[in-house]
Amino acid sequence: MENQKPIIHRKDLHWWELFYIPQIINGMRITLSQVFRPKFTRQYPEEKWNPPSSFRGRPVLVEQNGVERCVACGLCSRVCPALAIDVQASETELLKERYPVRFEINMLRCIFCGFCEEVCPEEAIVMSKEFELVFRHQEDAIFGKDKLLIPADKLKDRLEFLRKNR
Amino acid sequence: MELLITVIKIIVVMGVMLGIVAYVVLLERRLSAAIQNRIGPNRVGWQGLLQPIADVIKLVFKEDIVPVKANRFIHDLAPIISLGVALTTFAVVPFGDKINLFGYDIKLQIADINIGILYILALTSLGVYGLTLSGWSSNSKYALLGGVRSSAQMISYELSMGLSVLGVIMVAGSLQLDKIVEAQAGWKWNIILQPIGFFTFLTAAFAETNRLPFDLPEAEPELVAGYHTEYSGLKFGAYYLSEYANMFVSSAIVTTLYLGGWQMPFVHSIGLSDFWISIIQVSGFLIKVVLLISFFIIIRWTIPRFRYDQLMNLGWKFMLPVSILNLLITGLGILLF
Repeated sequence: MENQKPIIHRKDLHWWELFYIPQIINGMRITLSQVFRPKFTRQYPEEKWNPPSSFRGRPVLVEQNGVERCVACGLCSRVCPALAIDVQASETELLKERYPVRFEINMLRCIFCGFCEEVCPEEAIVMSKEFELVFRHQEDAIFGKDKLLIPADKLKDRLEFLRKNR
Repeated sequence: MELLITVIKIIVVMGVMLGIVAYVVLLERRLSAAIQNRIGPNRVGWQGLLQPIADVIKLVFKEDIVPVKANRFIHDLAPIISLGVALTTFAVVPFGDKINLFGYDIKLQIADINIGILYILALTSLGVYGLTLSGWSSNSKYALLGGVRSSAQMISYELSMGLSVLGVIMVAGSLQLDKIVEAQAGWKWNIILQPIGFFTFLTAAFAETNRLPFDLPEAEPELVAGYHTEYSGLKFGAYYLSEYANMFVSSAIVTTLYLGGWQMPFVHSIGLSDFWISIIQVSGFLIKVVLLISFFIIIRWTIPRFRYDQLMNLGWKFMLPVSILNLLITGLGILLF
C-alpha cells in the first residue's frame, strides 16, 4: 500500500474557462509576445562560432621554433581507431633525434575522437578548433605536414586546457 | 466585350490570388519562426522574398511517385479536385465596388450570381472529395484514415457553418454576396450585429480548411502526413497550394460575410475621386483578408490539436446548439427592430 501513488484531485473547469475564447485570446497574447523577443538564430556563414577550448576540431601538429614537436613514435597511428594516421619516421641532427618525414591524416577517415591527442607523449598532436572541412576530391582529404603544422602560440587555448585537465 | 472583360478579370484575379497564396506560405514560415524565436527563411532574395519561387521550382523537378497498388487515375484526379475547388470558390466573392476603367464600368466580382452563398457552401463541401479520394486511392492505411477523418469532420462542421450563415442571410435579406456586403455599409458590420455567428462561422472555417486546432486529417504524430502521405512532386504541391488557397478563400468569405467585405467606413468623407475610392476599397479588402490569414497562422502556433472525440463533441454538442441559438436571437432581433 505504501507504493500507491497519491490521488490527484483535478478541479472541474470554471465555466469561464470552458467558454474557450478568453483562454484562446490569452494564449495568443503569449504567442504574439514571443515575436518581439530576441532571436536565437546564428546567421552561420557570416557569423562564425568560436568553440570553447574543450572542442575537438581537426587534429593538428604543434610547431615549436619552426619544427614539429613530433618524434614519430607512431603511437597516434597505432591508437587511431579509424586508421586515419600514417607516420614515417627518420633521423635528425636535432636534440629529439627522430622526426616524421611523412605525416598524413586522412580527414575522411578521422572520427575526431581525440585518442591521438590523449596518447601523444610529446603533446605534439592536439585537436584544433577548426570544424569546417570540405573537399572536392578524395585526394584533397589527405592532409600532409603542410596543412597539419600549426605554430604553438596559435594553439595556446587547447594546450592550456590539456595541462589543466589531464 | 462582356466576355472579354470577364476573361481579363479571371486572369487578373487568378494571378493575384496565386501570388498571394504563394506569399502566404512565406508569411506562415516567417511568422511561425518569429513566434518560436527563430528568423525563418531569409536567404533567397531580399529577406527570403523569392523563397516561394524556389519552393515551386523544387517541387516541379521532384519525382512523381505513385504507390504500386494505388488507383492511378483517382490518385491523379484527387489533387486536381482539391486545387480546382479551392481556386474556383473565389469566383463569387466581391472584392470591390464598380470601378471605371477606360470608359467601362467594371464590377469587381467575377460571377455575380444570385445564390452566391449556396455556391460557396456547395463548392467547399465538394472539396472533401479531394481529400477522401486521395486517402482511398493511395492504398495506405494512414492516408485512408486521414481521408475518413476529413469527411467526418466536414460533415459535422458544415452544419454549424450553414446555420451561422443563415443568420447573415436573414440580416441582409439576400443570398447574393454583393447585397450582403452592401447591407454592411458604414459600421453595420455583421461581426457587431451577430458576434456569436461570427465565432461559430470562424471555428467552422478552421475545421473546413483543416487548420491546426482541427487538422486531424493530416495529424502528423498519428498519421504521418494524413491524406497526402503518398503524394510527391507537383501533386503534393497541388495539395500544399490548395491548403493555403483554401485559407485565403475562407478568409475572404469571412471578410465578406462578417467584416464588411470591401466596405471601408468614412472612405466617402475624405473627398477622393471615385477611382481612388475603389482602389482603397480593394486594398482594404485585401488587408482584412491578410489580417485574418495572420490570425489563422497565430492560432495554429497557439492551440494544440483536439482529440478526435473532443472534435466531435465540440462540433455536435456545442457548435450546433450555439448556432441554432444564434439563429433564434437573430430572428427575434429582426422581429423586434
